[in-house]
Amino acid sequence: MPQEYKLLLKHADADGYSNDLECYERHGGYAALRQALTIAPAGDNTPQAQLRKRVLDSGLRGRGGAGFSCGLKWSFVRHPNPKPVYLICNADESEPGTFKDRQIIYKDPHQLIEGMIISCWANHVNLAYIYIRGEFTEGAKILNTALAEARAKGYLGKDILGSGHDLEIHVHRGAGAYICGEETGLIESLEGKRAYPRIKPPYFPAALGLYMCPTIVNNVETLCNVKHIVEMGAEAFTKLGTPNNTGTRLVSLSGDVKNPGYFEIETGKVTLGELIHDENFGGGLREGRMLQAVIPGGSSSKVLKAGEIFKLGEEEIALLDVPYDFDTLMKIGTMSGSGAIIVIDDSRDIVECLANLAEFYAHESCGQCTPCREGSLWMNKALHRMTHGEGRAEDADYLKHIAQNIQGRTICAFGEACAWPVLSFVEKFRDEFEAKAK
Amino acid sequence: MSFAPSKNLQQEVAELISHYPDGESRSASLMVLHAIQDEAGYISTEAMQWAAGEIGIKPLNLYELVTFYPMLREEQLGKFVLKVCRTLSCAMAGGKELHENLCNKLKLDPNAHGPQTTADGKFSIEFAECLASCGTGPVMMCNDDFHEAVTEAKANEILEGCK
Repeated sequence: MPQEYKLLLKHADADGYSNDLECYERHGGYAALRQALTIAPAGDNTPQAQLRKRVLDSGLRGRGGAGFSCGLKWSFVRHPNPKPVYLICNADESEPGTFKDRQIIYKDPHQLIEGMIISCWANHVNLAYIYIRGEFTEGAKILNTALAEARAKGYLGKDILGSGHDLEIHVHRGAGAYICGEETGLIESLEGKRAYPRIKPPYFPAALGLYMCPTIVNNVETLCNVKHIVEMGAEAFTKLGTPNNTGTRLVSLSGDVKNPGYFEIETGKVTLGELIHDENFGGGLREGRMLQAVIPGGSSSKVLKAGEIFKLGEEEIALLDVPYDFDTLMKIGTMSGSGAIIVIDDSRDIVECLANLAEFYAHESCGQCTPCREGSLWMNKALHRMTHGEGRAEDADYLKHIAQNIQGRTICAFGEACAWPVLSFVEKFRDEFEAKAK
Repeated sequence: MSFAPSKNLQQEVAELISHYPDGESRSASLMVLHAIQDEAGYISTEAMQWAAGEIGIKPLNLYELVTFYPMLREEQLGKFVLKVCRTLSCAMAGGKELHENLCNKLKLDPNAHGPQTTADGKFSIEFAECLASCGTGPVMMCNDDFHEAVTEAKANEILEGCK
């Protein structure tokens, strides 16, 4: 029977576990930081370079959505660097369907802070920020309290634990804009501006990030993993999960399952079907219901239709047998994104579901690029019309046409994020869309 | 009408500005606007003028934020602001019905989307986009308090708890 594997969430939900420093230390907290700070130089390799190598070797991939190698992302920053290097923790958890980072922030904030301190040390960072979404008011307070505790204990501030390294971390709150989850939009927002994403090139954060300085932006879950990589070693970390999909993943499961919630699994060791149906996870659909669709990686990922069979090279794989990892989901034409699965059963009007998401994207487009600003509104208007008895025969093609003219024509990936659901829903459920015509 | 910041707010703003490198005080803008809204309930033109002076930027630089970020507002809302999540997982769990019930109880328009306030100024209600708790929908916020799996009975309790 497939099981959870608790690495990041080992303590968070345990009886009697609290989010204060004393409790965290009692459970072995900040030992990884001490270990990291005492790595000896090896030949030409500084302790920091060794740490960065470990993270690269661990195969850790970003948990925010793109799944890009964390070690590789770090390697884009040159050292020594003539400019200050900044690190930002992206805690702007906003992708519809996702509620994993909040578990760590609220229940185990020191795990994140320890991961950040190690990452800052490894990348020669003296000033870092946690960019947390504005609605996590309580989360921001919890983090501020935890930071104050860490400061009082000498984990932050001048000369951390006698290492000679200075580090300060501050909490910066967003104010309700989804686009701040895009890393360059986040940087603009942190600079006190509207969160208009920057064009890449030239504004790759590793070169021209915060204040035009090299900047590393990592998701909450990614930074927590760094602590565990230090603790268990890169090799042991690669043994978790599957090749190229190492470690664990926090999965947010919502929608039409009996037992929605968040689960930690070894990446790729549990299938979509198990996540939905197994007693240890979703517990199956409600009585008498059949599966209609699965949104596998947050609302921006392409939808999968019940019963789909995918060709992977010579082999065929059924939807429910797809291992929940990064690579297989890419191969079947979608993505695991932020690890958020939304299950849709046959009681739902699939056009209504897409209309709901289209309204989200229309509301959240930052307005900088015309195709996205106008296109997201047009798609929303058309879908609103269709779900209010005003559908037209040409709507399916009309939606497709708009979406195709958004993707690839915008500064940031929001264009794809709003186009992909529309393209995939219309393609896979064309009949339902055509049935809306009067 | 001029803006009279409290001693606390003045201290908080100075502290917030100190969190950013020298010469980068503009970064404090969002945090300063949050602080103002937390104290005054909204962000007036005068408040923006005052804050811009503290930060060393133009009031326009703050106004463009207030008009961009959904959480920031230029008008006083009710004493208790209810935000009901509208996005997919919550909608599937009954978010729309929750919004409708609350509106009916408060004698407000269930079809309105943006913020609307009761005549006595006690409650405002609006839809919000995904509040990141999709496994326990429908969810809502009442001021800074977060509520999950809000049934009709629970919604009544929340309203009654607003004193």
